[in-house]
Amino acid sequence: MTRRGFVLIALPALWTALLVAVPLLMVLKISFAEPQMAQPPYTPLFADGALRIHFGNYTLLMADALYLRALGNSLLYAGIGTICCLTLGLAIARAVERAAPRWQPFLLVLIILPFWTSFLIRVYAWIALLKPEGLINAALIWFGLIDEPLVMINTGFGVALGMTYSYLPFAILPIYASLVGQSPKLTEAAVDLGASPLQAFWLVTLPLARPGLIAAGLMVFIPMVGEFVIPDLLGGSATIMLGQTLWTEFFSNRDWTMASALAVLLTLLLLGPALWLQRLELGGRTR
Amino acid sequence: MRRFSGINLAALAFGLAFLYLPILLVVIFSFNASKLVTVWGGFSLHWYGVLFSNPAYLEAALHSLQIAVAAATLATLLGTLGALALTRLGRFPGRQVFGGLMLAPMVLPEVILGVSALMLFVALDLERGLLTVALAHATFGTAFALVIIQSKLVSLDPNLEAAARDLGAGPVSAFLLVTVPSLLPALVASWLLAFTLSLDDVVIASFVNGPGATTLPVRVYSAVRLGVSPEINAISTIMLALVSLCVIAASLLYKRNLPRH
Repeated sequence: MTRRGFVLIALPALWTALLVAVPLLMVLKISFAEPQMAQPPYTPLFADGALRIHFGNYTLLMADALYLRALGNSLLYAGIGTICCLTLGLAIARAVERAAPRWQPFLLVLIILPFWTSFLIRVYAWIALLKPEGLINAALIWFGLIDEPLVMINTGFGVALGMTYSYLPFAILPIYASLVGQSPKLTEAAVDLGASPLQAFWLVTLPLARPGLIAAGLMVFIPMVGEFVIPDLLGGSATIMLGQTLWTEFFSNRDWTMASALAVLLTLLLLGPALWLQRLELGGRTR
Repeated sequence: MRRFSGINLAALAFGLAFLYLPILLVVIFSFNASKLVTVWGGFSLHWYGVLFSNPAYLEAALHSLQIAVAAATLATLLGTLGALALTRLGRFPGRQVFGGLMLAPMVLPEVILGVSALMLFVALDLERGLLTVALAHATFGTAFALVIIQSKLVSLDPNLEAAARDLGAGPVSAFLLVTVPSLLPALVASWLLAFTLSLDDVVIASFVNGPGATTLPVRVYSAVRLGVSPEINAISTIMLALVSLCVIAASLLYKRNLPRH
């Protein structure tokens, strides 16, 4: 490498090695340790000249119903949220794509803007809407639709809604991109050949938008699986997800080794979708 | 065939209402005179007064701003260097690993970033405080800065810098006089994005902050966990206004720079 190249790469390479690679390797190491009452609160990897690897955390992960349920909840609510984001995202992206071309950039900015505003505040906003004495219940009772307030907060519904709301803008952009790239002649041809507009949409537009839909799905699914704030604020004890168990192990139980094992599990879980997304984006770029 | 139908209008109206109504309600109820968070009791700035007389919030806000400025500046610097390395150095050994690791914080859940950074700081015996939060946020922001700056660098014509070199500029001055001005919108956008990401983060900061370095979102979060209150509506409105200003500034800057290319 040239001297100039070395100057460019030295600082970011050192930084990522120290602040990304080393911490992740430490998490991996600590996940194979045992907790102990000391500082740091885990047993060393090498002691008395021997390697000490404990698989206790992993066997517990696979055996304890608490962790299995958290794993199931993470996949379930991320899955529901992804499906809702894709359905709503497709409808909204289609509407933007159909709007007058000079309006489209403005509409896209309008859609992405909430994604930039504080995540915490957007989740918090739903507490005031969903709780028993909240605005949605107050409105429904006022209209005479219900007599008793609906229980919406601290439920799976609250979590799925929060997920969909928070990540929807993120799903709309890739779907829009895959719709706007299509030639209108293709659906026109389908209609000329006797397809109804709905059939043309289902048989021509949707299959052509598949790469965009898959990319959008992965882009929202990945962060949803590891989500902490949304299930913590809008969910209850029945909707505990992996990110929350990690948090509890670390802050409440002070078990760094179990928190590390959960982090390793979460990383492994996301590795497949992340690599799929990377391949999809790289494939799209070379085409 | 290409018509904006009633279904399209309904989807768009629903989508925008869904995205904006909850935020709007927080803003409206921050001006509510009533202590009840769902009953309108008239317009009042009372809760802003309560907020500004609470030193704990002001201190946390100051911490957040200090951390966000430091983290955004570091992230933009590191992101620029990383993007230059990835676009200008060709296929060097370890390029995949280097790029992958730089982008990893974008994909990894925040709980993992928080817990892993904390374990590093404990191993290094670095006292937890403003510095550790800024370091962790800079790492997080670098991934986003890298993506923005790299996408801009790829679209720049490398011949421009080569022309400057032919006309007698050294490598550094060619870079500063030719590449940096056309890169400026991307640099500003990355700085603002890293700044808002840092200003917004609860999870990473909860892991790596110390007793004297509580940030604003961490303080708001502990209050939010106890329930909705008009004070939090007020602080949310201020945070929303600040972030919106940043975003609008970024997009205006970006637009003004567009005609140059």
